[in-house]
Amino acid sequence: MSGAAPAPGAEAPALEVSHLDISYKVRGADRLAVRDVSFTIGRRDSFGLVGESGCGKSTTALAIPRYLARNGRVSAGTIRLDGEDVSRLGPEALRRLRARKVAMVYQEPGRALNPSIKVGRQVAEVFELAGVPRREAMERSGEALGRVQIPDPRRVMRSYPHQLSGGMLQRVVIAMALASQPSLLVLDEPTTALDATVEAEVLDLIASLRQELHTAILFISHNLAVIARMCDQVGVMYAGEIVEQGPAGELFGQPRHPYTVGLLRCVPARRHRKGVSRLDTIPGFLPAPGEVAAGCIFAPRCRLADQRCTVESPPMYQVSETRGSRCHYHQRAPDLPEADAATVSAGQEPDGPWTGSTTPLIAMRGVSKTFAVRNEKVRALSDIDLSLYPGETLGLVGESGSGKTTLAKVLVGLVAPDGGSALELEGRSLAPTALRRAQEQRRAMQIVFQNPDSALNRRHSVRHIIGRALTKLAGLSGRARQDRLLEIVRSVRMEERHLPLRPAQLSGGLKQRVAIARAFAGSPRVLVCDEPTSALDVSVQAAILNLLADLQGREGVTYLFISHDLGVVRYLSDRIAVLYLGRLMEHGPAETVFAGPHHPYTEALLSAVPSLDGQAGERIRLGGEIPSPANPPSGCVFHTRCPRRLASGLCESTEPPLTEVEPGHAVRCHIPLPELRRLQGKDGRAAELQGAEGR
Amino acid sequence: MPPDHRPDLLAPPAGRASLGEAATLHGPGAIPPLGTEAGAGPIDYSPRRIRRERLGELLSTKPFVVGGIILVGWIVCAVFAGQLAPYDPLAQSLTATNAPPSATHWLGTDSLGRDVLSRVIAGSRDILVISPLATMLGTVAGTAIGLVQGYFGGLVDNVVGRVVEAVLALPVIIVAFLFVVAAGPSELTLVLVIGFAFALLIARTVRTAVLQERDLDYIAAARLRGESALHIMFAEILPNVGGPILVEFTVRLGYAIFTVATLSFLGFGIRPPTPDWGADIAANAGYLSAGYWWETLFPALAIASLVIAINLVADSIEAVVIQ
Repeated sequence: MSGAAPAPGAEAPALEVSHLDISYKVRGADRLAVRDVSFTIGRRDSFGLVGESGCGKSTTALAIPRYLARNGRVSAGTIRLDGEDVSRLGPEALRRLRARKVAMVYQEPGRALNPSIKVGRQVAEVFELAGVPRREAMERSGEALGRVQIPDPRRVMRSYPHQLSGGMLQRVVIAMALASQPSLLVLDEPTTALDATVEAEVLDLIASLRQELHTAILFISHNLAVIARMCDQVGVMYAGEIVEQGPAGELFGQPRHPYTVGLLRCVPARRHRKGVSRLDTIPGFLPAPGEVAAGCIFAPRCRLADQRCTVESPPMYQVSETRGSRCHYHQRAPDLPEADAATVSAGQEPDGPWTGSTTPLIAMRGVSKTFAVRNEKVRALSDIDLSLYPGETLGLVGESGSGKTTLAKVLVGLVAPDGGSALELEGRSLAPTALRRAQEQRRAMQIVFQNPDSALNRRHSVRHIIGRALTKLAGLSGRARQDRLLEIVRSVRMEERHLPLRPAQLSGGLKQRVAIARAFAGSPRVLVCDEPTSALDVSVQAAILNLLADLQGREGVTYLFISHDLGVVRYLSDRIAVLYLGRLMEHGPAETVFAGPHHPYTEALLSAVPSLDGQAGERIRLGGEIPSPANPPSGCVFHTRCPRRLASGLCESTEPPLTEVEPGHAVRCHIPLPELRRLQGKDGRAAELQGAEGR
Repeated sequence: MPPDHRPDLLAPPAGRASLGEAATLHGPGAIPPLGTEAGAGPIDYSPRRIRRERLGELLSTKPFVVGGIILVGWIVCAVFAGQLAPYDPLAQSLTATNAPPSATHWLGTDSLGRDVLSRVIAGSRDILVISPLATMLGTVAGTAIGLVQGYFGGLVDNVVGRVVEAVLALPVIIVAFLFVVAAGPSELTLVLVIGFAFALLIARTVRTAVLQERDLDYIAAARLRGESALHIMFAEILPNVGGPILVEFTVRLGYAIFTVATLSFLGFGIRPPTPDWGADIAANAGYLSAGYWWETLFPALAIASLVIAINLVADSIEAVVIQ
């Protein structure tokens, strides 16, 4: 046992990981998933691990309380929690450690709670485990829930998990994690499954709890901006190694490893605009597990790499007192050349293909959709009037449950709208379902789904998937079909060798390319993109966004682009439409909507996005929960959460009309535009909200 | 859509698999590390490789091997009955009735002096033709019904579902019995009757599997291509529900053997004097009290061994497919 170590709690850091190797046994062979990872988290410090999927960040976290899957093991190095070597603990001591010293919060709060036990009971259990008598445990649970800013703890305690929203559940899970006052709280993508507005609230909560509690935090996320906001120290992981380490501000401000530089550049920022600039990407793929490369693991994808990098493995260079980088050329890292600088020739049709035509390609008038859920009528879409013009991108934003996906499905004909809704394509009326539309109309409107695993038939090869679409949509066969197949596969930057593969053999990015190729098979006029990059890593996302922008430039296709990520929407969109509870709250040219003055809801959405520069301006926080569409609030549906609600009571009683406040810019709000402009400080300090941009 | 399908955790909390297809290749607790960018490294997910791995996995499970050997043994008996049987299974010998097992008649003789061993060997023939045919018929018909039910849902599903339930409210053997009585016993009737009853059972399994596929986006994509319902059911969905169908086929095969044997025992299946296990048990059961146990025991063992063998194989296949 670790009796010789300094008495727990004395001066030892909360967590000390040194030279950690973790391997998984897959088909009899050990494959290294984490290699030589070292970091230390002092008491009350917060440390962030950031990296793309598959980089080993979660594996590292799981090793701390020895939660690794059965085929995984720590093959070298040590983990000390409160000075105690975790690997030497006996079963009883390990149980105690898990109960008291370390707590974990995962991405999906719904899966962390037992669906058939009331929330109060589940929280109380944690206290009971710590030896608190039953009745007192219930009381303490109420306090714990109050501490995580749950407004009505008594009601929440009496609820079952399914009756609570995701944000509320995550609070409950955090309350449970903190109940035992652990020395270390591990947060593994705690806000990834939440909406931006809810994410902002939960992050605020975690930040304020840190002030109160004496808990060290290990924060894991793929989201650079979230890490930048939440952590003092950051480790950037790539392929199982920490490639760069240092204080968050410095590291993101002046990255010293080509991978960090590349990652930061992949994130669409305000200066990026389709048709004007391309997003930088990280070419190549993550090395396969077990692939032992001599030299630097990042070398095959690095544009600074030379002979030395492929031979000599870089040690963790001490860049400054507080920072380290595993790069031979860390001084040169900031000057990393762009991925395909050649194609970013300035002034290449800066306006894009949008012709500015005033004849709509698609016109939606009075589109509503009511779902019957048991005996309730749920109005998912309410009286939407929206047009799409040839060659433009209309960005559709809103929180989950706002009706974005329903609108997309109505448009392509997967969901029939309510009677009285009118859809037109080039002036010709569209039947409510795809089944009853003409093949020509189906061909003209295609969709790219969020999750390529669900969108591609896993039993069909790439050749079959795209080929079938060419047969049905483009009416091609034989030689012509084969030629077009190759052409289209190349246009999404895939190769002939991918054709015989099945989806399971492709990476997420490649799968999404296949889905895009399939959608383009019939040369559609309109392509609906429903969160096409949400399931992808940032570097892959950048490549897909570039591809979509290129294809639009070449084919002049119109996009309806749905995303919860405002940075992504801003990069690609010419116009923006904002949905809330199935109602159109605002729409207008992208720049106008982003610059403001905007609808208070848009304002809140924009301010919820964590920014990378770390200097968030005044934040507008939305209180409360998104109301149920089955029972929408009276008057303006947003009034229950609106920070700018009028004192007169008008917002509660009357629904404001969608009014054109400027040419092409419509807002559904009682507050007149000049007043909004004043409230949002758009006259003098216009830059403030613009500081809040995409991740 | 909620933004909940974000870059997933590589190695999720224990017991949770988030790598989908890739994770299905390993045990439930075994999650492959790193490398979601497959196709480039040592982990190969090609269909051929997966098939080979699965076959290898099957061959390394003991129940599969034992079951397989017994099954193959019976198939050999059925095919080469003429060569293997020491006597003509129909040849009566009134001088050697009810002879106990001996060097000349290894398993003894029955009340008509026919060699029990020869009858057991020859008796494998009809049952091993009728049962697979019936099961195949049931699987094909059941798959078609299940696809239609699952894909169309609504009224079609409701109507077919109630009919299925009505028929299944009675034990299969009773349903089969009724039909055989009505149509008269023959090999063809047996195949049709058992096939029909199984079709209904298999349809339920297939329907459930189809329901899980129906709402996936690749079906939506097919609809937007203007594919016909037939194409969607058979070219898009069917390949993805092959696993449950294969399992269903192997499990049902065991039941089919049992059903054929039972019907024959009751006198509504294979008719004497054709050698058949069920019929032979029925014919000789009366002599049990006289102590002539071998006439009943060996055909019964034959049925049991065949059913057990098929179930061993079925369980192993199920374990591998469901993984």
